[in-house]
Amino acid sequence: MSIVVENISRRFGGFTALDRVSLETKPGEFLALLGPSGSGKTTLLRTIAGLDFADEGHVLFDGQDMTGTPAAERRIGFVFQNYALFRHMTVADNIAFGLTVRKRRDRPAKAVIAAKVAELLELIQLPQLGDRYPAQLSGGQRQRVALARALAIEPQLLLLDEPFGALDAQVRKDLRGWLRRIHDETGLTSIFVTHDQEEALEIADRIVVMRGGVIEQVGTPREVQAEPATAFVSSFIGETNCLPVTRASGSAMVVQGLAVLPDTSRGEGAGELHIRPHDVELAAPGAPDALTVTVVTSRPIGRSRRITVAMAGLAEPLTFDLPVDASAATGDVLNLRPTHYRIFAKI
Amino acid sequence: MSASNPTTHESRWARRTLIAVGFLFLALFLFLPLIMVFAGGLAKGWQVFVEALVDPDALVAIRLTLLVAAISVPINAVFGVAASWAIAKFDFRGKSLLISLIDLPFSVSPVVSGLIFVLLFGAQGWLGPWLTAHGVRIIFAVPGIVLATVFVTFPFVARELIPLMAEQGRDDEEAARSLGASGWQTFWHVTLPNIRWGLLYGVLLCNARAMGEFGAVSVVSGHIRGLTNTMPLHVEILYNEYDFVGAFAVASLLASLALVTLGAKTVLEWRFGIHRAGAAH
Repeated sequence: MSIVVENISRRFGGFTALDRVSLETKPGEFLALLGPSGSGKTTLLRTIAGLDFADEGHVLFDGQDMTGTPAAERRIGFVFQNYALFRHMTVADNIAFGLTVRKRRDRPAKAVIAAKVAELLELIQLPQLGDRYPAQLSGGQRQRVALARALAIEPQLLLLDEPFGALDAQVRKDLRGWLRRIHDETGLTSIFVTHDQEEALEIADRIVVMRGGVIEQVGTPREVQAEPATAFVSSFIGETNCLPVTRASGSAMVVQGLAVLPDTSRGEGAGELHIRPHDVELAAPGAPDALTVTVVTSRPIGRSRRITVAMAGLAEPLTFDLPVDASAATGDVLNLRPTHYRIFAKI
Repeated sequence: MSASNPTTHESRWARRTLIAVGFLFLALFLFLPLIMVFAGGLAKGWQVFVEALVDPDALVAIRLTLLVAAISVPINAVFGVAASWAIAKFDFRGKSLLISLIDLPFSVSPVVSGLIFVLLFGAQGWLGPWLTAHGVRIIFAVPGIVLATVFVTFPFVARELIPLMAEQGRDDEEAARSLGASGWQTFWHVTLPNIRWGLLYGVLLCNARAMGEFGAVSVVSGHIRGLTNTMPLHVEILYNEYDFVGAFAVASLLASLALVTLGAKTVLEWRFGIHRAGAAH
């Protein structure tokens, strides 16, 4: 199913959670809403689910306007951060809930429901645990049961709100890959909210980066990493070094003219130069497009050498990765030429 | 909760003294009076005790007390659940005012609570003339007693449920809604089971107070023997007439009702405690 969100705005008192947000998903896509807390990502997800309603704008499912339709009638699967399993029901009853509450004429026979529950328990790899209560399960198992419960109603759309937020690191990692496989097997359109960029980069087809109630960029994991649209996206996703520049007629002067780089941002005045740690190479002394820096620390990490360097005119040290055999000892003066960089207008 | 606290190191002697003082205090101020009530009732033998209870006026008082509890407890259970639901699960203007209002019956003296109804519905009250003209009696009649009891016992269920429902949040209800459940199904299959022990506990406390309320009921009842006397009022009348055995006999029945409630409460607390520990994430 394809989802279209058109100019959605939502205010809570004086706080603007969403400010004219528009978004489109493709059928079968796995989309991540990524952003810091307060960016509006959860509000957007809840608005799509019908658990929250926008002050302005529209939500369309396959071209059909669902803006005012309550959650119960949207046929969506929603997975909560804290599982929200019904604690007084067994795992099997939890999974069956969406089917047993249907009106009599739509409700499947008892045997059909039981078969469906067994099939879903198999899918979440907990076939023996149907008679347990949620309190008797681990966090990871609970979240898998919550997913099975959401899938039981055969939703058109799967929405997950920080699904792994309450789990420890190793379980998160395992469940991530597993969730992606479930998504691929069921062919559902899925949207999940996360503040963990690693999670989004690892399993999403496309990532929606949000901040302060607006979408900063929508792109594939490669796009948001290699071609960040804004300074925020660049510094939020992955490591980046941020240097002040002055832009004038197509060139950018780094830190009061200590280096001059070609400027592609087509702007004038103050800007920000973003360089990823591994996007530098050693240059000859005196090269005009290289940064002259002094090595502060230097240590080999895996196949590269991580150095932190001080640069005249900058208070904060910069971090770069060189080939592991590069000669860079503490106190050495190096000339580093950025091989790939982006320049943004100063925010 | 662990019973032993490793940071305190009182000697065994100090601990025993504290426990002994606790028990002595309880014995002196709770058990002893309770025993005296039963002893006073049985002072002239079983026969007199039973006679005091089957006295027509006593029977009317017992019946009225049970009737008032049977009406006011369900009313407060329903309104308590509704009020706690509204307070715990929604944000709206005037929410803190509503919370203060729920506590009002606890902070106001029961006598004042009774007077409120006399001022409203009494012969000289605001609605008095209209009620008299239409032949409706509220003050010095059963409706007034029910109203006063409902007022005084309102906070018990709501106070018990608000923190419980606030702690549980809206996730379970939202999950049920997203799975296609109607509002009623969500309440019946998800909300009610989540609050059942707290609700039952609140209902028991509410019931104990409804049967035992004296002040507010005393103001609105008019103490008409065989008509508007509840058990606590009947005890007072008998006592004032120096019928000590009768007074103590009815009082011991009232105390027994309270003890049954207390027993039920203890059993529930035990169940409730286990349930809550099991539900902890």
